[in-house]
Formats: sequence, C-alpha cells, structure tokens
Amino acid sequence: MLPTPDTSHVPYQRVYEPAEDSFLLLDTLSSPSETAFLTSRFGNNINTTISTSSQPPPPPPPLILEVGPGSGVVIAFLTAHAQTILGTPHVLACGVDVNRFACAATAKTAARAIAEAKDDASSSSSSSSPGAGFFLDAVQGDLVAPVRAGMIDVLVFNPPYVPTAELPAQPQPESEAEQQQQQQRGTVVRGGRDGMETTDRLIAALPTALSERGCAYVLLCAQNKPEEVKEQIRAMGGGGGGGGGRWKAETVGTSGKQAGWEKLQIVRIWRDYDGVAADTTGS
Amino acid sequence: MKVLTLNFLTCAVKDCKSSNNSFPLHPKDAELVYDDLEINPQLLVNVLPRVDWVALRTTSTELGFPELPEQPPTVEELESDEKMLQDLHKLLMETQIMEGKLVCGNCGHEYAIREGIANFLLPSHLV
Repeated sequence: MLPTPDTSHVPYQRVYEPAEDSFLLLDTLSSPSETAFLTSRFGNNINTTISTSSQPPPPPPPLILEVGPGSGVVIAFLTAHAQTILGTPHVLACGVDVNRFACAATAKTAARAIAEAKDDASSSSSSSSPGAGFFLDAVQGDLVAPVRAGMIDVLVFNPPYVPTAELPAQPQPESEAEQQQQQQRGTVVRGGRDGMETTDRLIAALPTALSERGCAYVLLCAQNKPEEVKEQIRAMGGGGGGGGGRWKAETVGTSGKQAGWEKLQIVRIWRDYDGVAADTTGS
Repeated sequence: MKVLTLNFLTCAVKDCKSSNNSFPLHPKDAELVYDDLEINPQLLVNVLPRVDWVALRTTSTELGFPELPEQPPTVEELESDEKMLQDLHKLLMETQIMEGKLVCGNCGHEYAIREGIANFLLPSHLV
C-alpha cells in the first residue's frame, strides 16, 4: 500500500474532506491494471544515463490534471508516487478547482506528500531514487477551460456530488431562507437533475482537452447510468487531437461496499489506436 | 503561479480558443518571488520539448528576464551548459507570480493572481 497523503491542514468547513470516493480513486490508480496501463503509456526507464544522441529521446513528461481536486489528496498521491504509478518521476501535475480554498489546500497537500516521498526514499535502506513528480499549480477555474487544447495526458475527475451520505454535516437551518439555500446546495452537490450535468460537460471537453496519448479517469455512481455513459463515450468523434483513434471507456475500479444506491465506479476513457495507425502506447 | 504553468494555460473564453493571440497570456503588474528548489537537470531536459519556446521567450521578456535565444537549446547544449540549466530552472520552476494579472491578447480580459493563485473563473457575461 502506498501511503495516503496527509490532509490534516485542510479546512474542512470550506473544502470537501476525502471520503470513500477519493479512496476508491487512490486504490484504482495504484492498482496493478492501472499502473501497468499508465506505465506503458508514460513510463520512462530513468536508470539509464541521460539520453545521448544515439538513443531516442525519452517520452516527454506527462501533464496530469485533476479537475476539482478539493483537498488535493488524489493529485498529491499521483504526484508523490509518480514512479510507482506512471513509471516515471518526470511528471508535471496541476489542478483546477472552482474553490479558491481547495486550490490552496491542494498545493499544500501536494508539497507535503512530495516532501514525504523524498524523505522516505532517502531514509529507506534500498537505493531507490525518489519517485515523486513535480507539482506545478492549482488554479481557480471551470473544468478544463484554462488549459490549452491537447495538453492533458492524464485527467482525473471526481464529481463533487457523490457520495451524498458522506457530505460534511450541515448545520441545522435556522430560517426558511437557509433551508432553501441548503436544498439548492444539495442540487449542486448532486450534479443537477440526474447527477450528470457537470460530468457531461467534462466528457464533451475530452476530445479537445486530452493529448493523443491522453486518458481520463472519471468517477460515476450507479445513479449516473454508467453503462449508458460509456456507450456515449465510445460513440464520440476523434476530436482535435487528430490521430483517428477510437474512443474507449471501461470500468477499471468499483467500490466493494454498497453505499445505498450509490455504488461507485471509476471509468477510464482513452483513445485506442489499434489497427488505426502506429501503436503509440508502446505495448 | 509558476512560469512553467503559464506555458500550459490560455484564455478561458471560448471564442478566444481559436485565436493565436490568446496564448501566452501576458503578465501585468506581476510581483515575483523565487522559490528555492533543488535543480533536477533530467527533468528540465525532458520538459523542454513540451515547452512552447516562442511563448516562453515572450513571457520571459515580459517578466524582465534576459532575452532567451531564438531557438531552444538542444539536449546536448543543455546538458553541457550549467548556466543555461540554472537559468531555465530559475525561470521555469522557481519563479512564481504571487500578485498581478494575466491579460488575454485577444479579448483583453484580465485574470487576477492573488497569493499565487490565478482565478480563471469568468463573469457570467463571458461564459
């Protein structure tokens, strides 16, 4: 088990506390199937000496972006354990969150997790090199709007509306207006009418936002009708990245526990180039 | 916000995405601080192909750094030039814009940076 980043500094009155959904993302991203997938796309054997002119250049460092990182626990985990999860420490990580407090929390969580990973590497008896990536910034914004097209190699999105049961406790409403406010907040938290309005916008942005080798991990709950969502993704066009790959969407992690109707799953979304052109996955 | 981050960002306004003038965003009234980070030459060498060099030259000049060469250094040049490595490390990784604005060259919208965090949320009339 890779250590979970420390989030004890995060102000939970203003930023969502890591819950079952976050931990499912950590488990899934560090699972054998996903580390194998990510390493095949982005891994880089850094034990060889710095490339010389006779060697092909190493793959450029992947840009990893979490949309709505909240406390930052997931992006910090990915960055701190980049060598283990992505097969290279040469990873650039960033976050976009609508909440300014989440941006500040994420930067701090990442900095602490990276420092801890470096400490662990230097104190352990093995000669393993520190495997942490480089955290850039968390910026305030709406989904991927501030990011240049075709830049994102790994996108992680944990929509803010699940699991409802795990939401921070609400103070009792003291007035009718407050009660109304809380109900409105509940609607936002559950992602609108069928819990998919924000996720639909993110999925629609993927063909433009992702690089050709890019992939996305999106958390869905049973109420989102994940089978229908995956079918919609598979029917998407190739998008701005060119390359002509076919869109794939597969469930790569599920919560073992049945949290009411909100059974959670992680869907991996990526372009597959098999039979289309040269295989860029290196597999 | 780091200078390297700026190289990956653009104006959030939809109509600006197709304009060459929306990238790079132009720093205005920028207050800089310098982090003290350990240099990682391998990471720098690997990152360089991902950097839009023309945009970086613009940003560098606008932030008051010495002018960068017209062409990015090759891997061999970078590996054998300690000063170039140090300069790029300082510019890309250590320099942070703590306060100021980022201005879109297409629509003129100004994105505020406060305490190092840039705000790309748009007012409702620009969404």
